[in-house]
Amino acid sequence: MLSLNNIQKVFNAGTVDENRLFTGFNLTVNDGEFVAIVGSNGSGKTTLLNMVCGTSLPDSGRVIFNGNDITDIPEYKRARRIGRVLQDPKMGTCASLSILENLALADNKNRRYGLSRAVNKQREEYYKTLLEMCGMGLENRLGVLAGSLSGGQRQALALIIATMTDIDLLILDEHTAALDPKSSETLMEITKRVISEKKYTTLMVTHNLRFAVSYGTRLLMMHEGKAVMDISGEEKEKLIVEDILGKFNEISIECGN
Amino acid sequence: MTVFLNILIGIGEEGLMYALLALGMYISYSVLDFPDLSVDGTFPLGAVLTGVLIVNGFDPWLCLVISFAAGMLAGMLTGIMNVKLGIIPLLCGIIMYTAMLSVNLVLIKTGTDGMAIASFFTKDTIFNSSLAGLIPKTLGGFALRTLLISLLIVIVCKILLDLFLKTKSGLLLRATGDNERYTTMLGKNPGSVKIFGLMLGNGFAALAGSVIAQNKGSADQQMGTGMVVLGLASVIIGISLFKRVRFMKGTTMVILGSIIYKASYQIVLTLGIPTEWNNFVKAAIFLIALILGGKHVGEFFKKLFRKNKTNREGKNALTE
Repeated sequence: MLSLNNIQKVFNAGTVDENRLFTGFNLTVNDGEFVAIVGSNGSGKTTLLNMVCGTSLPDSGRVIFNGNDITDIPEYKRARRIGRVLQDPKMGTCASLSILENLALADNKNRRYGLSRAVNKQREEYYKTLLEMCGMGLENRLGVLAGSLSGGQRQALALIIATMTDIDLLILDEHTAALDPKSSETLMEITKRVISEKKYTTLMVTHNLRFAVSYGTRLLMMHEGKAVMDISGEEKEKLIVEDILGKFNEISIECGN
Repeated sequence: MTVFLNILIGIGEEGLMYALLALGMYISYSVLDFPDLSVDGTFPLGAVLTGVLIVNGFDPWLCLVISFAAGMLAGMLTGIMNVKLGIIPLLCGIIMYTAMLSVNLVLIKTGTDGMAIASFFTKDTIFNSSLAGLIPKTLGGFALRTLLISLLIVIVCKILLDLFLKTKSGLLLRATGDNERYTTMLGKNPGSVKIFGLMLGNGFAALAGSVIAQNKGSADQQMGTGMVVLGLASVIIGISLFKRVRFMKGTTMVILGSIIYKASYQIVLTLGIPTEWNNFVKAAIFLIALILGGKHVGEFFKKLFRKNKTNREGKNALTE
């Protein structure tokens, strides 16, 4: 279980641009929940994910994860139990390493990076089955540099990497936003399959209202550091885009988008 | 002919010895993407330490190991400045280099009873004792001992480095240079990996200093001047010339780059340029390497080519 308790976060404190984004924000995410988060620009979606992952820290308040207070734990240590796919396809993989080397590195996550050989030939078959699941033909291109893949392929690879080892929480930070419509559909389908198969607790930020409505077990709409809409359970299952469009337009217009 | 061959041997010797420095800069600059200026201080550190130790009767091969370790220690400090104190790479290097000016002087003074240069012409070095004794002084009239021993050291270092870059630890180093966030997402502290990479890079720089001092028979602080330029030029020449060669490893590229750098320097010198212009020549070679290695030139030529092509097509359209 993940909970954020009484989070305060101010940007540009003490300047004319001071932005009190979070003032006493609370959120609890139960195990197995797949939360889709939408909201206008500057509503705090990405900051929320960053505070969960440790990329940025709250000014006050606590982040509790699996019963432990992780507020003061550095990002790289939190990452041991958290998988993350970012918006930028360049960030989730290493461009100068081959697909095989990328996977071999990720396969060793949470173990020692010592002086044994990085690429274990016997694991190749396993990597291939993982890649096959994406249906992009990557399984036949293990030796290709990750940097030469398309954005959609790199994001699919990043998703595999993020979910390769045992994790308790999956963070998807607008992971389809940089892709063309077709590729983002494909990636969302792969994402859905991975999540339902492994039953990860997931937080997904998206700008695509349709994705937010049709995927996930819970929908959160953020505005100015508050959850202005929080729908889960049966109500979420019945939800259609039109139900949330009104509210979304309202907050978007307020921001001048 | 003999003179020419002797010049070639000289280029090979120097190129190979400085290739050790290039291997170090390859790790920091190319793998880690960290322009490390501290090698101007860690290169003479290896040289001075070796000079002092040999004067005091240490085994010359052991000096190589000690120099490498000392370089690693200095590299660790550079890394800590960058990672823990958040100082930008260029300034970390400048701070380290400036501090090493004093450290190296103090080392020489304490090791040689107040001299500014450690001379050990008469002592045993890797080039005239133990292993070197197995190689005849001259082969077919040419003095090849220095060349062969340098080659041996470079090959051993290259193979070890290649093997390391294929281990889990080595792959993590490459990943960190490429994309720090990736390392973070793997649950590893990219800062520690970076510090380790800088340790390796400066270890090689100090090792190069040790080997070159042993060849010279003396060591002083001055030897560090221009080492950043030399090392970086070798790395950039090697990588930009050979990047299209399939299956050639980065380490091979920079070793060849070092030899090519020395060769071009030698060619310029034989044109009869006065010695006071030496450093100017080095800077010019570095500049040319940067221009040829950068993508600006490539794009410039591509554009030129494209323009010609469209012109030609345009003419064809007219004649048809």
